Amino acid sequence: MSLSQTDKHLTFILRLCALLSAAVILLILIFLLNESLSIFQHVSVSRFINDASWHPQQGLYNITPMLSATILSTVGALILATPLGIASALFSYFYAPKFLATWYRRLIELLAGIPSVVYGLWGLTTLAPLIAQLHPPGVSLLTAILILSLMVLPTVALTVEAAIAAVPASYLQGAMALGLSRWTSIKCIILPAAHSGITSGILLATGRAIGETMAVLMVAGNVVQHPHSLFDSVRTLTANIALEMAYAMGDHRAALFVSGLVLMIMVLLLVFMAAFFKRKPAYV
Amino acid sequence: MNPLLLESESIAHKTSNNSYTLGPMQAGTPCCKPSTLLSIENLSLYYGNKPALENVSLDIYQGCITALIGPSGCGKTSFLSALNRLTDMIPDCTVTGNIHYKGIDLHDPTIELLKLRKEIGMIFQKPVPFPLSIRRNIELPLQEHGISKQSELSSIVQQVLLDVGLWEEVKNRLDSSALDLSGGQQQRICIARALALKPKVLLMDEPCSALDPISSAVVEDLIKRLQGSYTIVIVTHNLAQAKRIANYAGFFWVKETAGCLIEFGQCKQIFESPTHELTAAYVNGCRG
Amino acid sequence: MSKINFATLLIWLVAIVITTVFVFILAEIIVYGLSGLSWSFLVEPPQNAGRSGGIGPIIISTGLILFVAIATAAPLGLATAVLLTEFTPQDSRFGFFVERSIDILAGIPSIVFGLFGNAFFCLYLGLGFSILSGGLTLACMVLPILIRTATEGFRAVPNDYRLAASALGLTRSAALIHLLLPTATPALVAGLLLGIGRAGAETAALIFTSGYVDRMPDSLFDSGRALSIHIYDLSMNVAGGDANANSTALVLIIILFLINSTSISLANQWMHKRVISS
Repeated sequence: MSLSQTDKHLTFILRLCALLSAAVILLILIFLLNESLSIFQHVSVSRFINDASWHPQQGLYNITPMLSATILSTVGALILATPLGIASALFSYFYAPKFLATWYRRLIELLAGIPSVVYGLWGLTTLAPLIAQLHPPGVSLLTAILILSLMVLPTVALTVEAAIAAVPASYLQGAMALGLSRWTSIKCIILPAAHSGITSGILLATGRAIGETMAVLMVAGNVVQHPHSLFDSVRTLTANIALEMAYAMGDHRAALFVSGLVLMIMVLLLVFMAAFFKRKPAYV
Repeated sequence: MNPLLLESESIAHKTSNNSYTLGPMQAGTPCCKPSTLLSIENLSLYYGNKPALENVSLDIYQGCITALIGPSGCGKTSFLSALNRLTDMIPDCTVTGNIHYKGIDLHDPTIELLKLRKEIGMIFQKPVPFPLSIRRNIELPLQEHGISKQSELSSIVQQVLLDVGLWEEVKNRLDSSALDLSGGQQQRICIARALALKPKVLLMDEPCSALDPISSAVVEDLIKRLQGSYTIVIVTHNLAQAKRIANYAGFFWVKETAGCLIEFGQCKQIFESPTHELTAAYVNGCRG
Repeated sequence: MSKINFATLLIWLVAIVITTVFVFILAEIIVYGLSGLSWSFLVEPPQNAGRSGGIGPIIISTGLILFVAIATAAPLGLATAVLLTEFTPQDSRFGFFVERSIDILAGIPSIVFGLFGNAFFCLYLGLGFSILSGGLTLACMVLPILIRTATEGFRAVPNDYRLAASALGLTRSAALIHLLLPTATPALVAGLLLGIGRAGAETAALIFTSGYVDRMPDSLFDSGRALSIHIYDLSMNVAGGDANANSTALVLIIILFLINSTSISLANQWMHKRVISS
């Protein structure tokens, strides 16, 4: 196809910009690896799992307590946020009268924009003391789970609603024409039809929960230990990096970059899974 | 001298007593056989591996209205898109065969596509006015093709709006959005926009099918007035319309999932004494 | 019959609980933060490690950081989006590679961006703890959002326009400048505001890139503290800083609320217009 001269010049500039954008992720990978590599020269990978504990000052680099904190808090948050988020989406799409639905959706959108520090602040000043009354110390895995689920709820609600809205209206009309009740139509037809969108929404929320730093930092208690109960203080991988980067040197700093890499790999896996689910057709 | 560059003005643009510059109306009945402007030989069109059109050969004659008739899915729109190489913009579409416009092969890589599309204009089924003012809709292509003097632009805008019969209706609101006009008015803006570039050929893909009957009649009238000054290839489902306005007609049908040309000839002959039985069945309403 | 009513009841209950919790949170922040809010709070510098005084320089720093982020990411993002939608065929491997890279970038946690920003902008490029480092790190974070929303905006322009423009012999660049960009502008602006909103809420990426210093910055190369960092510092590191932390949180929420609602209403307006004219 014969492009004019201006088109050719423009295409060249645009390609350059696109390459730059695509290069950012490569840069990130390169620099993370670069900073991490120094520790692998004398600390093997297995030590990150098998060392006695996490005490970089003493040369101990076991990240599993923090890994379990991350995983447990994420799973807990998902257990709470997924049904609530789906119910929210169903509420604003099917059950609420029109004006109420608009306001409810606006509320959810507003909440999606609240910074994590503010959630952390509220958790620290209000929620933690409440939980402390149940069982000290208050700043614990439970608090982290509750705050995370609050933060992830809007993500789930908004993506699930988008997935439901993408289901052809003819499905619902067909169900209604057959005399199916609203709930039955939703349960048996709409939700299955939207399942790939819902799944990718949940995966997105998982990624957000895993990557969340500030709010959990402020409410989880920051003790490096494997939690044995919901009321134990924990420290997630993300909070660990945020807390120790300020004074970490040498191997300690490199170890933090390694945990950053671990986070990146976890999220990358999620992104690939989400992309895979997006491509599956919506066969009911 | 590159024959694709503009030739001198044709008779039609001489101003006459009425405000239209297209000259007196000519009847849409068969005329003598004029010269061939576009010659198509063994044109085949594929989307991916699927053939949409197979081995179509016909001639488009200068100054005449050629109607392409036949049911949906016979490749008529694809055929039209090949004539101004809009098929280049359709992903996965391959065109084989020869198309010669004024003796030049359309698939010659040295052709300037932008100049070609100035000479062969296209009107789509759904009116596509740009979301700009009426004036900007017509001025934008003119400016892009090199006309920058404001006085020249304004005079061309007025001339084409007169030609399509819209001038009285919109002369006081040339700067309002073209999207505010009715469907028939929008389609006439699209025609005016194409006419502003002074094309030789106008390709029209069912220009009236998305319009209500009254707007449809106005646009059809306009097309009749364009005959003689412009060469028009029009795809239409409306057999009565084809009978009313066309000089030549080509009948398309589907053979083994690919479209093909069954019969081509003077309009009167196709409708009154078709040689192929399918043609006879179609124009008499027995099939399709 | 009772099964259906149970479902309806449950869903309404969920909606009510969620609304209550969120309204409660917002109310608490407003109540605790409102008392400290005043004009002097907004313009004066912090004193006594932030326990008293105001947040003037912090607002300025935040603005500068956001400016750097958007000024860098917006042109790059727009160019990438234009390339992906208008100048790349569907099956292009280059386009696929670019889109995947952006998808992955979108999922990276903010603290990892902070690590990267520290290693690359502060150390490797030698910018140190500065507004520039923080802004550029945020630019990397915000890039995927800008590209995604811009791509959506361009994909929503009806293809008829492109075909008609081509049929009139307009060059791709002409069609882009005169037709596609103006049509997609509301979506682009909405996406831009969304990006600003996300960047303004960001903390973890800034802790190790833009620094902690809470006085008025001298230049872009100077260190500066963002509103979100100020909230964090006051609530975690400064005893007795809760009051001002709440007031700062209120200010931040109000700013972000204004930005996000403008973005959403622009996006709705544009969607509405699309439906009308199609």
